[in-house]
Amino acid sequence: MASSHGTPPVFNNKVIAWIDHRLPIFSYIEKEYHTFPTPRNFNYFWNFGAIATVMLVLMIATGVVLATNYTPHVLMAFDSVERIDRDVPQGWLIRDLHMNGASFFFIAVYVHIFRGMYYGSYKAPRELLWILGVVIFLLMMATAFMGYVLPWGQMSFWGATVITSLFSAIPVVGDSIVTWLWGGFSIGNPTLNRFYALHYLLPFIIVAVVALHVVALHVHGSNNPTGIDPKGPQDTVPFHPYYTMKDGFGVVVFLIVYSLVAFFGPDMLGDAANYIPADPLVTPTHIVPEWYFLPFYAILRAVPDKLGGVIAMFGAIAVLFVLPWLDTSRVRSSTFRPIYKWCMLLLVIDVVVLGFCGANPPAGFWIPLSQAATLYYFFHFLILLPVLGKIERPLPMPPSIADAVLKKKAG
Amino acid sequence: MVATGALGAVGAAAVAWPFINNLNPAADTLALASIEVNVMPIEVGQAITVKWRGKPVFIRHRTEKDIKEAEAVPMSELPDPQTDNSRVTDTAKKVRPEWLIMIGVCTHLGCVPLGNLPGQDKGPYGGWYCPCHGSAYDTSGRIRKGPAPLNLAIPQYLFLSDSLVRIG
Repeated sequence: MASSHGTPPVFNNKVIAWIDHRLPIFSYIEKEYHTFPTPRNFNYFWNFGAIATVMLVLMIATGVVLATNYTPHVLMAFDSVERIDRDVPQGWLIRDLHMNGASFFFIAVYVHIFRGMYYGSYKAPRELLWILGVVIFLLMMATAFMGYVLPWGQMSFWGATVITSLFSAIPVVGDSIVTWLWGGFSIGNPTLNRFYALHYLLPFIIVAVVALHVVALHVHGSNNPTGIDPKGPQDTVPFHPYYTMKDGFGVVVFLIVYSLVAFFGPDMLGDAANYIPADPLVTPTHIVPEWYFLPFYAILRAVPDKLGGVIAMFGAIAVLFVLPWLDTSRVRSSTFRPIYKWCMLLLVIDVVVLGFCGANPPAGFWIPLSQAATLYYFFHFLILLPVLGKIERPLPMPPSIADAVLKKKAG
Repeated sequence: MVATGALGAVGAAAVAWPFINNLNPAADTLALASIEVNVMPIEVGQAITVKWRGKPVFIRHRTEKDIKEAEAVPMSELPDPQTDNSRVTDTAKKVRPEWLIMIGVCTHLGCVPLGNLPGQDKGPYGGWYCPCHGSAYDTSGRIRKGPAPLNLAIPQYLFLSDSLVRIG
């Protein structure tokens, strides 16, 4: 206890000392989660990393329990999910928690990504940290997509058809790739089996990448709302108890909202058509993915060319990988970037507009609107970010985190 | 060194191949037999949907008007130019313009287009309309408007008699 930074901790408990001498897990926890010097000025946006971690654990726990009652076969999958809902003790609860957990995991991650973008957390020396985050985001999308196929409802089947068919846009080998993905000539039992296997595997790969994400984070420590590096002990506080408490509080508030939805509106975020068993001969009149994919779906549909649409959709995520190099400004935090601050707000509005475009049928004014919003999305990343960094005049920055915090308190 | 490395790479590829090929369709999936359909009960102007290889196949008994419209379209207006005749020819090279047999899967992202059942939206070209992303097909199943790149695919089929057709 009470060790300052740098000195190795001394454990009074003999068992802990014995273990730690051979496997230093207690020293590690002490160093990375207790004394770890953390900027003293985090706002509540900094809660969402911890919240996302809690959601990941929750998804794995509920998922493993669901797997014990689920049957991955086209003739039995739908009924086995209904059985979980109706007959299995507390099955309804575990399923509602898992189903809505996916949505709340994405909510947490989207806020976390926004935080990273608004406060410039991706800038040197945290580029790899950011890239690992984008990898986690991609893995989450794959996992969520395959999980949505498992109940084998109409949206499961047709969502899977549309998304796997994206690969048929690849010239020459596209159709062979799709047949390979399906294990047949259409989405069928082989597809359901492999999606189930992968849906169970990928979360553990996510855990591994999250571990790398945390390792990379602890090299240079967290960014903070000012974007200024801590210059000494006056700028930081130990992680425990300060941020274990603050994260804990945020997690509890988040879980309350999540529970309210899971208990009182479990199908609020889902599509009613997924309670119709999959029918390979009838496409639902209106195919929509889950809400967290809608902006990307809108980008896919905005381009009136098959290959072009697919490239634009994947490009919308690929652009995030190079974000650290597209942003030419040396100032991290938007707090000191008077123009960029508003551009970030516009980007959020743009993504929300894209979400509404994705939720509506591709007709009427939704087509030009989704095209305009898609153009703006790419404009933001490819033109605005590089140019703005050169021409924007940042506001004067406080000399240190402590100065910024104390001045705010005084004023 | 180079030889060892090259041999190692060949070995790694040889080991990887069974894992990759394992995901391809299995023998029983490939063995899905062809199907025979009696088209006698389909009246002029009607269409039916049959399932073949897990996919819907549209069989439409076209009206004179459908055929005339399809034949009158200049090739320059088609994103994927194909004559109407070439789309109604069976494997014995016999042309039957009244029977249009196609795989009912939109060439964009695989939805089943509307227009085969009475009362469904046939789209602006009187053929089929895909509700997913708005592709419109004409009375020959050719793509006219929307994101789909190709015409609806024609499976191999053979008329065994005037009323019996074998698909596959």
